[in-house]
Amino acid sequence: MMYAVLCYNNEEMVCGWTKDQDEAVMAQLSKVHERWEKAGKLKPSIRLLPTSAATTLHKQKDMVLDGPFAETKETLLGFYIIDVSGLDEAVVFARELAAANPGGAYELRPIHLYLPGAPIESAYEADRQYAGEKVSA
Amino acid sequence: MIDHAWTEATLTASRPQAVAALLRYFRNLDDAEEAYQEACLRALRTWTSKGPPRDPIAWLIMVGRNAALDQKRKTQRLTELPDEALLSDLEDVETPMAERLDNSQYRDDVLRLMFICCHPDLPATQQIPLALRVVSGLSVKQIARAFLLGEAAMEQRITRAKAKVANAGVPFDTPGPVERAERLAAVMQMVYLVFNEGYSAGPKDDARADLAEEAIRLGRLLLRMFQAEPDVMGLLALMLLQHARQPARFDANGDAVLMEDQDRSLWRPNLIQEGLALIDKAMRHNRASPYLLQAAIAALHARAPRFADTDWPGIDALYATLERLQPSPVITLNRAVAVSKTKGPQAALDMIDPLGERLSGYFHHHGARGGLLLQLDRKREAREAFDRAIALANTAAEAAHIRMHIDRLIAESGEAARA
Repeated sequence: MMYAVLCYNNEEMVCGWTKDQDEAVMAQLSKVHERWEKAGKLKPSIRLLPTSAATTLHKQKDMVLDGPFAETKETLLGFYIIDVSGLDEAVVFARELAAANPGGAYELRPIHLYLPGAPIESAYEADRQYAGEKVSA
Repeated sequence: MIDHAWTEATLTASRPQAVAALLRYFRNLDDAEEAYQEACLRALRTWTSKGPPRDPIAWLIMVGRNAALDQKRKTQRLTELPDEALLSDLEDVETPMAERLDNSQYRDDVLRLMFICCHPDLPATQQIPLALRVVSGLSVKQIARAFLLGEAAMEQRITRAKAKVANAGVPFDTPGPVERAERLAAVMQMVYLVFNEGYSAGPKDDARADLAEEAIRLGRLLLRMFQAEPDVMGLLALMLLQHARQPARFDANGDAVLMEDQDRSLWRPNLIQEGLALIDKAMRHNRASPYLLQAAIAALHARAPRFADTDWPGIDALYATLERLQPSPVITLNRAVAVSKTKGPQAALDMIDPLGERLSGYFHHHGARGGLLLQLDRKREAREAFDRAIALANTAAEAAHIRMHIDRLIAESGEAARA
């Protein structure tokens, strides 16, 4: 089974970290990343730029608004990673998705750090092994 | 279990909104600050034992207000007549903890708090310390250190500034759109002043250099409140892109390194990325503004992998737009630097020379002029320009940089004499 692990924290606090503090946290995290990536279980991991850089497409009204998605009734259902020339092209992509699947919104957040992690195929191998262990236990 | 660092960071981050809301209740800066102080003390006690609240800012406002009211009631019981009018007035505005303080209310509160600090009656030398004390919550000691001033002198300066704004009477009702826009413009300028204080600090002047990060924090706060303002995006982008170069701006000896000589691998990529993303967003509004244009210029520098790759025609064009929008000899001077790269030093000099009178007291004017004259091999005039520049240098770093040119000229003329 694949999981998406979504990271939440107080953005203002994280943005206020000094370069040294930020690097210290990233170094600590990278130890964990390394362990799980070696086991073939950590796939891409992504650090987003702050919400200051976010733009939101509200699908029903086809409105592009500055800022992050702030409604509380809707929840996060999934996400895409795209590699495009800039915000304009990202909006084009989101609009095409919106036409295919109306309702809700797409928040566009630039990616700050992209680590590819272990290849995806091995996830299924790990899955099978895990299932096998459970069955044999 | 919550850690101390989290509490401290949360209190720092919550301060502008909380003090701003408390100011709306008490209509007096000192009362608002005192109430916030009390709320912080209680937060340190309560949060560690009971865990953090869901909405720390609302908690701090609530607790600060109640604590201050308690205090008022107590002292008023001791005096002859309780000021019932004042008390009931304050009761009226009581909002239950459950009621969410919506973004627009925070927005006008924080804007008012920041606007008070940049009141036109205050000179910049008072605006910045007042904002750092009241909005950012830096201690008088920290601020004094940043301005190389004694603590007592700084305390006095801040007190004087506070007295002045108390008498100035900033209205507390919700501002109209025009007034809001005017306040925002003044506040943005103040934030950029704070940034420049930090940016112009020397290499070992950490206390002052920290002001750049503080200004960025205030810029983020402004953008959170005014999410659709391309000008605010531009201001934050400009600060991020300039600050990104910080690690490369001084060498091991503490001497300033010109942008053309900077090790670009030291530039902070995350700040650059955020700045570029903000410009990308702002451009969609099709509304050029001075901060955005300056940010776009900084972005062209940031995008160039090497100095030789700099898009000088692009920078020239952006400065030309900026010149039309906000005519100023300083902007023309900056444009001339770009022109010297595209059309040569003589063309640049022709642009600068008419500015001579208005910029005669400006360090960069003489520095840039000296550089251009040097390129044209007019060494004697270059030396004169550098001599005037060094006399006008604002920082040791600026002086050191000019000194280097002069020393080189002296060495060369010495060699020429020997030859």
